[in-house]
Amino acid sequence: MKRSGYCPQTPAQIREMLAVIGVSSIAELFAVIPPELRARSFELPEGMSEFEMLAGMERLAGQDRRDLVPFIGGGSYDHLIPAVVDHLAGRAEFATSYTPYQPECSQGTLQALYEYQTVICRLTGMDATNASLYDGGSALAEAALMALRITGRKKILVDAAVNPFSRQIVQTYLANLAVEVVEIAALKGQGDRQQFLATLDDETAAIILQNPNFFGGVDDFSDLAAAACVRGALTIVSIYPLSLGLLKTPGEMGADLAVGDGQSLGNPLSFGGPSFGFLAVKKEHIRNLPGRIVGETVDKDGRRGFVLTLQAREQHIRRQKATSNICSNQSLSALRGLIFLATLGREGLVELARLNYDKAQYAEGLLAGIRGVSLLNAGPTFNEFTLRLPTAAASVCAQLLTRGIVAGVPLGRWYPGLEACLTVTVTEKRSRAQIETLAAAMEEVLWS
Amino acid sequence: MELIFEKSAPGRHGTVLPKSDVSPAAELPAALLRAEPAGLPELSELEVVRHFSNLSRRNFAVDTNFYPLGSCTMKYNAKAAEEAVRLFAGVHPLLPYLPAGESFVQGSLGVIHQLSQLLAEITGMAAFSCQPLAGAQGEMAGIMMIAAWHRSQGQQRRFVVVPDSSHGTNPATAALVGYEVLTVPTSSAGDMDLDVFRQTMNNEVAAVMMTCPNTLGLFNSQVAEICAIAHGHGALVYCDGANLNAILGKVRPGEIGFDVMHVNLHKTFGTPHGGGGPGSGPVGVSEKLLPFLPSPRIAQRSDGSYYLAEPAAESIGRLANFYGNFGILVRALAYITMLGRDGLVEVSEQAVLNANYVMSRLKGWYDLPFDTGCMHECVFSAARQLKQGVHALDIAKYLIDRGFHPPTVYFPLIVKEAIMIEPTETESKETLDAFIAVMIEAAQLAETNPEALFQAPRTMPVSRLDETKAAREINVCCSWVIAGEERGLRI
Repeated sequence: MKRSGYCPQTPAQIREMLAVIGVSSIAELFAVIPPELRARSFELPEGMSEFEMLAGMERLAGQDRRDLVPFIGGGSYDHLIPAVVDHLAGRAEFATSYTPYQPECSQGTLQALYEYQTVICRLTGMDATNASLYDGGSALAEAALMALRITGRKKILVDAAVNPFSRQIVQTYLANLAVEVVEIAALKGQGDRQQFLATLDDETAAIILQNPNFFGGVDDFSDLAAAACVRGALTIVSIYPLSLGLLKTPGEMGADLAVGDGQSLGNPLSFGGPSFGFLAVKKEHIRNLPGRIVGETVDKDGRRGFVLTLQAREQHIRRQKATSNICSNQSLSALRGLIFLATLGREGLVELARLNYDKAQYAEGLLAGIRGVSLLNAGPTFNEFTLRLPTAAASVCAQLLTRGIVAGVPLGRWYPGLEACLTVTVTEKRSRAQIETLAAAMEEVLWS
Repeated sequence: MELIFEKSAPGRHGTVLPKSDVSPAAELPAALLRAEPAGLPELSELEVVRHFSNLSRRNFAVDTNFYPLGSCTMKYNAKAAEEAVRLFAGVHPLLPYLPAGESFVQGSLGVIHQLSQLLAEITGMAAFSCQPLAGAQGEMAGIMMIAAWHRSQGQQRRFVVVPDSSHGTNPATAALVGYEVLTVPTSSAGDMDLDVFRQTMNNEVAAVMMTCPNTLGLFNSQVAEICAIAHGHGALVYCDGANLNAILGKVRPGEIGFDVMHVNLHKTFGTPHGGGGPGSGPVGVSEKLLPFLPSPRIAQRSDGSYYLAEPAAESIGRLANFYGNFGILVRALAYITMLGRDGLVEVSEQAVLNANYVMSRLKGWYDLPFDTGCMHECVFSAARQLKQGVHALDIAKYLIDRGFHPPTVYFPLIVKEAIMIEPTETESKETLDAFIAVMIEAAQLAETNPEALFQAPRTMPVSRLDETKAAREINVCCSWVIAGEERGLRI
């Protein structure tokens, strides 16, 4: 059998190496494994060349429809990605290195992560963040755990307008910890503030909010953050980072912890991953952060350099007393986020957010103007909004799919009572013509 | 090197966005808007490219340097796998949740299902979920499934047992899931001390977490007995699959008594480590834990088509936004497909050969706390060098000057001045010999001229960094005021 190209030792070298070791065969190196523990089966296909593999992958990828026009978001967004992102993040010096345990030969990764931490702080208006977490959902769960640690309390209030998948992840993480999670209803496209204020008490560790929320509604949570603060509870705001080109930051709202998913910042849809999660905090909470943190320092000769810092929080040092079990993170996806933001620049991000807002507003006007269609919530939106249709949203969505249009996310699955509601997403990539086609098709599906 | 913020000039930008084809909408209420734009750097595209290209040159990486970081399996990452990823870049993850939406994503669902099946065959587990986003999250899923299983048996147990050689993630995971940790010491042979283990076990133990082979690079020949003892107390046994590279095709953990295991795709299955991630930590289970797997699960109908199965009532729930680090799953599938059965067996054989070769060549120069044949990695101690005042860290820094990324140092915690070398199967004998020569040189310098080691590294953009200062004068982000002000957050 022809060997793979990834194992370089020649037969002569193998013989030489075995002689140095003092064994006569490779099999002898495995002699420590008792016969009864040996694999009884290993039924895998024969290997193949990269060319055959790629041909097979192309056939498989061909079974994904790639010509659909997407008006769908719900946590994963179809945004433009400048070519430099792929080119720079694809550099093997970044991609094939690992956690920068040895700072002198890892300054590239370390400085990039320090810059990443800085742009996340500037974007969110928070003081400090770590070098990334897995994704937005797990970042929210880590934020909830952090709030429980900081306050020593056992109750969390969650706005039902927070992404349902994120809420499920929080539930999973907290399931074994005797924590009470109270959901605040959000039937009109927005969490019920009265219920929030009535439920918030001195036992509450944190309130969890999202902006824009899952229905697309944009809010200012300053009042809730202030109310939480009075009760000694922390405010966690989950955000869609691209919207921060325009929207009020969690820092400006008085949030203690800000989290989000970085997919919209230079990471492709890629069927949901990889992206990255971020968790940014007020400075007093920095020692409670999970994960790697990069800090600035100087070398022996006084030159600026970067290292992993505050490692006494982490599992490799503290074991069961660590702030989290996280080890690897999503550095390369975070690097993509940094390159994306650096390429757009200060004004570019504003312009990009503005494009999203303008196009979504145009679509909202057209779609809400269709007979029988209304908006779930008349409040402001960013690039997503929720329509109430005269019939089941799932069936409208199904009919539009047959025309190659993904019209949005029908909400009934996650929000009983909202079966007629459809959340539509319009990013900068959707053209006016595509928006108009959607509106015409929807009108036809509803009324002809 | 200057920070990207220090290269910024107001009014510059690196990319031009498409012109809007709709009229500007009415402004949002001011109360909903940020006071001023985020302080992002302003650079031309070329300046961005130079900045990151030059930053990248300040890294050692597998593609540029031998990187024998023990426990991390820094093998070569096949370029063809990167090509495969591009084919799937544009697929939206919510499509399967739409009516009949699965039919639009049969390719992407197929990737996940096929990889899960292959991992099950490789490890002997009944089924896998590819959802965990990293090894540590796979561990968490595994321990949560064990907790859920005990609850289904009407039991609430208190403890998780780990050997003292375990990865820090094992006890941290147990604590995260609400368990107290019991630690068992390592015997003089390098295995978990069986007598102490027997005494430690009781009917309040929910799980025993073992790394196979262990973090000393040793295969514990009593592993089946350990599983049997644990099962005898009604506990389940977790396999940390970080070291699966050593036993591909040789041992299938599912056959020898392990109930749950995770694998690290970025270690064993050749996906890039990305400067710290994204990794991927699929979790596999034995038959009795199937209902507890994370949701959603991807299943196959008899006609061959894939779909999202309704979550079982017993499922521990969702761990990730969607289905896992999908791009990493594609790469791992590409890797396994190219290597195939014989190629994967060759991986473990050559990885073990390389590690034993390095161990044999260096054991005259460094102390070997557990002097038996190793598997895929070997753990030395710089205790001998310490007598001259030379630490493992000094040797590590010297290696940097000679163009090698250092091995893992100071882990496992139970070995004094540990130097943990994992060459992987993809390194040639020539590379290993060059590395060995420098390791010997360092051992000689420790005797003759330790100062040379203390001064290393001298050839990097920075010399040794002041970690105490970094931890005391915390500066983890530039302040919002860019020019002229004190930078950083000092608390």
